[in-house]
Amino acid sequence: MTTETKGRYGKFGGQFVPETIMTALQELETAYEEAQLDPAFSKELDYYLKEFVGRETPLFFAERLTKHAGGAKIYLKREDLNHTGAHKINNSLGQALLALRMGKKKVVAETGAGQHGVATATACALLGLECVVFMGKEDIRRQELNVFRMELLGTKVVSVDKGSGTLKDAVNEALRYWVSNVEDTHYILGSALGPHPFPQIVRDFQRVIGDETRRQIVEHEGRLPNAVVACIGGGSNAIGMFHPFVDDQDVKLYGVEAAGSGISTGKHAAAIAGKQEGVLHGAYMYVLQDDDGFIQEAHSISAGLDYPAVGPEHCHLADIQRVQYDSVTDQQALEAVQLLSRVEGIIPALESAHAVYYAVQLAKEMKEDQLVVICLSGRGDKDMQTVRDALGGQSI
Amino acid sequence: MTKKLVTQAIMQCNEQGNKAFVPYIMAGDGGLQTLKKNILFLQEAGATAIEVGIPFSDPVADGDVIQQAGERALAEGVTLRKIMKELASFKEEVKIPLVIMTYLNPVLSYGLQSIAADCEASGVYGLIIPDLPLEESGLLKDALKDTEVALIQLVSLTSPTERIEAIAKAAEGFIYAVTVNGITGVRSSFTEELEGHLERLKAASSVPVLAGFGISTPEHVRTLGGLADGVIVGSAIVTALHEGDYEKVQTLINASKNQLTNS
Ligand SMILES: Cc1ncc(COP(=O)(O)O)c(C=O)c1O
Repeated sequence: MTTETKGRYGKFGGQFVPETIMTALQELETAYEEAQLDPAFSKELDYYLKEFVGRETPLFFAERLTKHAGGAKIYLKREDLNHTGAHKINNSLGQALLALRMGKKKVVAETGAGQHGVATATACALLGLECVVFMGKEDIRRQELNVFRMELLGTKVVSVDKGSGTLKDAVNEALRYWVSNVEDTHYILGSALGPHPFPQIVRDFQRVIGDETRRQIVEHEGRLPNAVVACIGGGSNAIGMFHPFVDDQDVKLYGVEAAGSGISTGKHAAAIAGKQEGVLHGAYMYVLQDDDGFIQEAHSISAGLDYPAVGPEHCHLADIQRVQYDSVTDQQALEAVQLLSRVEGIIPALESAHAVYYAVQLAKEMKEDQLVVICLSGRGDKDMQTVRDALGGQSI
Repeated sequence: MTKKLVTQAIMQCNEQGNKAFVPYIMAGDGGLQTLKKNILFLQEAGATAIEVGIPFSDPVADGDVIQQAGERALAEGVTLRKIMKELASFKEEVKIPLVIMTYLNPVLSYGLQSIAADCEASGVYGLIIPDLPLEESGLLKDALKDTEVALIQLVSLTSPTERIEAIAKAAEGFIYAVTVNGITGVRSSFTEELEGHLERLKAASSVPVLAGFGISTPEHVRTLGGLADGVIVGSAIVTALHEGDYEKVQTLINASKNQLTNS
């Protein structure tokens, strides 16, 4: 598909949405363009990022992990130290401020793991916005405590038992809700997905990760890293981390998808590895689907990577081979959770653990004077039950 | 190509003093074998054209009733390919145009050129693709260029005037005017501005305007039919067919007859 429209990343992206949403997307686009030009907007966002979220986050030299790998020096970008425990708040806060600017009083969001839901519930509590979050029934079961967190923050959580009862179905419901309430409601999409302008807005609010990293690594080492690694669900932490480095051809970029039980088993969430193009939730992307074009369920131990597509900008970066995309299995991610916990005293989110596993293998193959940065997108508190169950429930 | 078949069917109906009535059915709800039975029944009952819905895994523009019908059809293993084949098998018996309503991904998977080549052999003279707005419609329009198949656009009445006019200008077959802000489903009332919106749309358009989304009673059919060139009725038909209530379907269709005097 090569139709010339807005919000294209090569052949990917676009605005494949019902007509009833088009006006809202155009309104959002205009409001966002105005906000970008308004110094007061970025000043307000910066204020909250610093005073409320706790930015900037450290770029930490992982000395013992480096020794363990026995190769390149490994740095961790500590997005896990953000308020609410992941990078998701960067985007939720930015979009909640945008909603206020547009005069919207209500916010709708979807959530998979619950991290984006919690981050959005938090931003809405902070700014006095009403918030409703759609969450798949299966995910509600997997992430019970995050549901309670959202409710404590004053958000209404609605269970979605349609389809597979996971993230993609929650997005469907959130979109339906938005179409029906578009006059007073903004949709805070949680990853670099969806119709234009969402992939761009989410990327811009997440690029603070990459901007800080670029500056910090130069402060620490006097040069740019040789490699940057991030996990890919929809792709928001990764695109935020990668974007400021895309023009630095010497910085190798690695996106890590979830291989679930293994790509060959069919039970995975690695849409780029699957190589099939299609349209889901308003954008042309790599999408897991069957021969009839029905969207397939994704599978991963980490609810945050459990989405059957990857945001359009990543699809393009894969196509032009600027970023190398690989995948890591559930088992390998579990190993990395344990490894990082023991050698660095940091319990990573299962999502982030995919990047940790990959980066350690990568560092082994690199020279000792080379530098690898891992985007540690979130902390593991939310996953304790899942990890314990997966490890057989015994004490370790 | 003229792409006039669907347009003509509606205009003929209007000339005879009736409003167009286009029922929506979910293909494969109740099994693929019910498709022929339902289409022939609706033709006999006086439908002007029939919108044949294709089930999809992620139907974002649909409300509960059609979603559930879609899930029933998916459980029957129904796909776009199977439906096209089935329609072709009894094409000779269908005298009114069929219009397929499907989300884009199954069409991409089927292949744009293939669907363009296969429609007419299945009696399909229009495609409605709710997640393919005007801006993205170019490629499919190209593929359909040499066929009698119209690419029917939806228009939202709350859109800005310039947008409504742009869609009206490019329109083929008929314009599907979405009468509510939202998804398909049963509604009890419509906004008061509707009348003015529909009038402006009719003025801007060279093809007929049909009102759809939320029309569920004979009363709705009369009121909205009176404001447009006809109506599309989805959820109410899907429910009635699912429950085997053919009488209800007939009553809805009857409400569209003999009512040109209203407009
Ligand atoms: C900690 C963490 N990392 C990564 C992700 C994946 O999302 P994305 O690819 O948009 O960064 C999630 C999603 O919930 C998450 O919670």
